[in-house]
Amino acid sequence: MTAALDKDLVGLAPLSAEQIRLILDTAEPFKEVSERPIKKVPALRGKTIVNLFFEASTRTRISFEFAEKRLSADTVNVAVSGSAVQKGETLVDTARNLEAMRIDMVVIRHPSSGAAEFLGRRIRSNVVNAGDGKHEHPTQALLDLLTLRDKFGRIEGLKVCLVGDVLHSRVARSDIWGLLKLGAQVAVCGPRTLLPRRIEELGVTVFEHVADAIQWADALNVLRLQLERMEAGFIPSVREYYRVFGVTAERLEKAPRPLTIMHPGPMNRGVEIDSRVADGPHSVILDQVTNGVAVRMAVLYLLAGGKPELADAAKRGGGPGGPPD
Amino acid sequence: MQPLLLKGGRVIDPSRSFDQTADVLVQDGKIAAVGPTLGTPDGVEVRDVRGAIVAPGLVDLHVHLREPGNEDVETVASGARAAAAGGFTAVCAMPNTDPVTDNQAAVGFIVRQSLRAGWARVHPIGAISVGQQGGQLAELGEMVGAGAVAVSDDGRPVASSHLMRTALEYARTFDIPVADHCEEPTLASGGVMHEGLVAARLGLKGIPAAAEEIMVARDLLLAELTGGHVHLCHMSTRGSVELIRRAKERGVRVTAEVTPHHLTLTDRACEGYDTHAKMNPPLREDADVAALRSALQEGVIDCIASDHAPHAYDAKEAAFDDAPFGVVGLETAFGVAHTELVQGDVLTLPELVARMSTIPARAFHLPGGTLQPGAAADIVVLDLATSWTVDPARFHSKSRNSPFAGRRLRGRATLTLVGGKVVHDAGAATP
Repeated sequence: MTAALDKDLVGLAPLSAEQIRLILDTAEPFKEVSERPIKKVPALRGKTIVNLFFEASTRTRISFEFAEKRLSADTVNVAVSGSAVQKGETLVDTARNLEAMRIDMVVIRHPSSGAAEFLGRRIRSNVVNAGDGKHEHPTQALLDLLTLRDKFGRIEGLKVCLVGDVLHSRVARSDIWGLLKLGAQVAVCGPRTLLPRRIEELGVTVFEHVADAIQWADALNVLRLQLERMEAGFIPSVREYYRVFGVTAERLEKAPRPLTIMHPGPMNRGVEIDSRVADGPHSVILDQVTNGVAVRMAVLYLLAGGKPELADAAKRGGGPGGPPD
Repeated sequence: MQPLLLKGGRVIDPSRSFDQTADVLVQDGKIAAVGPTLGTPDGVEVRDVRGAIVAPGLVDLHVHLREPGNEDVETVASGARAAAAGGFTAVCAMPNTDPVTDNQAAVGFIVRQSLRAGWARVHPIGAISVGQQGGQLAELGEMVGAGAVAVSDDGRPVASSHLMRTALEYARTFDIPVADHCEEPTLASGGVMHEGLVAARLGLKGIPAAAEEIMVARDLLLAELTGGHVHLCHMSTRGSVELIRRAKERGVRVTAEVTPHHLTLTDRACEGYDTHAKMNPPLREDADVAALRSALQEGVIDCIASDHAPHAYDAKEAAFDDAPFGVVGLETAFGVAHTELVQGDVLTLPELVARMSTIPARAFHLPGGTLQPGAAADIVVLDLATSWTVDPARFHSKSRNSPFAGRRLRGRATLTLVGGKVVHDAGAATP
């Protein structure tokens, strides 16, 4: 396979289109594992995985944990909430300690951009980035890609707009790389205070108005607005944000065709997204969550050296009757 | 002290526009004579420096020596030793020590530590405000009396325009420059690198060029208002260059410096979250580098200063957001500048010597920067023929945080004299 992954998955920026497709294709057979009464295959039996979370996270951590357990890996969750001053120190020391315990993989979430790459360079174990600062959140983008591919049958040529706080969003950066590499057209829309300067040069279109984005797009990925952005002065108020940039049912009615609606969660209903949209017929938000487990299984499986063509076999070999947890 | 004859070198003295093959005789700590084929007085030590450059010792207006307060990282002695190895005979130490160098006793301490160490001369810069807190004006007069050559709150930008105005006015009595780290704090807040495409990609908070330019503009207006001498530290943007150019045309009393790293590196050096590319002001873009080079060539920017900022290895061994700003530079400044600017046809060699010695010495009214007979024998002999590779493990500085590790450079000090005394001799064991 020319598309084999490197030691770590720190982002989608360094991946080729082939590598991204490999992960998505490998995720397909793993989807079915989660639909069985006994949700377990032995693919990572005997592997030790540490979920190292320097930032609070519920859904990403649980999704990774399910993926690991359904692959029969042994997992440990470490939640570190150090002070800002000690962050860097803790990271390098933690890396050394983990390495000394001879683990196989680390799934890391950290508030500093570049933390996953930093760790990956210093330990031999595989590192999976579960979100680093404002940099990347590659498995989230992979599940977005898988969900879009399920829905449209292709990524190439799709028009996808990210709406909201792109500046502080690691999901947005990973989505932009993944979508562009697979041939989609990408746009962003939000207040200029929440868009990185010169983002156009990454190859994306900028819409000032949500209405224009809705006219253009096949799918919207509505980004979470962190409420502290208002306190930091990026927007005047949550109320105004919803009125100007909220993805509402009224705005979507004007779309020339039904728009697929995604959200990386957790949602602020009535802030960035209207409940009627989130719960509406074109929302694929819960499909994203389901696909998250399959994509993470695929990533862990491939990084552990699993052969993509054997994913099916691994699945069959570990069907009902596989080892208990 | 035994007299010394530096024989047959290319002698470059920008203070007298002198550039020819000549001998330099050093006697009693002073330059006794400069001329072709000088005689050899009794008991003189003769050093054959044919093929090398003999120049006034380099002068660095901007270093951080971390003493008192952070002696694990650098001391006055280790910094002055590193300076000598880099060809510098005088450096100006910024006051952001712990405690802050904001009074005559603290200034006197730096002077004494420098004399005790005996390598390059270390001239203290006093703080503008008490504790660098940006409030009350420090006792400038007493600090100057104790040996301070300038004042600055470097590392903590002067946010209050009133304080900056007061400092510029008050400093006139003592004829010292007020050096400012130009950074509008509310714009720069939380930023860790240049605000540009690389920051957008890496997901790091940017510091816009405007954060520097707003304060450059303010300082120039205040210098004009007060008639004071403002010295602008480590300029990094093309916008700053334009502001200084126009101010100089109006006759504002301004001098400005630029670092070797801002003349040679861009924000792309931050790719891969390399914390050795994290400095403040941040590395900017190609167009900024080009503008800074032209400005240095034209004299809009007066001189090169290293902004030598030592940090412990493990402080830089961190995620980009968490690492401190700053890089060491004393031992690479000349090599980088010569390789990039002289070999890159931006400056002639005499122009480079002027911008690293004569001009900075004049800007801060320091002795040195000249080979005029009668002047103190602060001299550097430079080898431009041999290329060398930057190996931070071999630095005399206590710190290793260089963005130039592994670079091939041409140009290096082989002999440094301060007051006629050999303080660095690459051909010999450590003196």
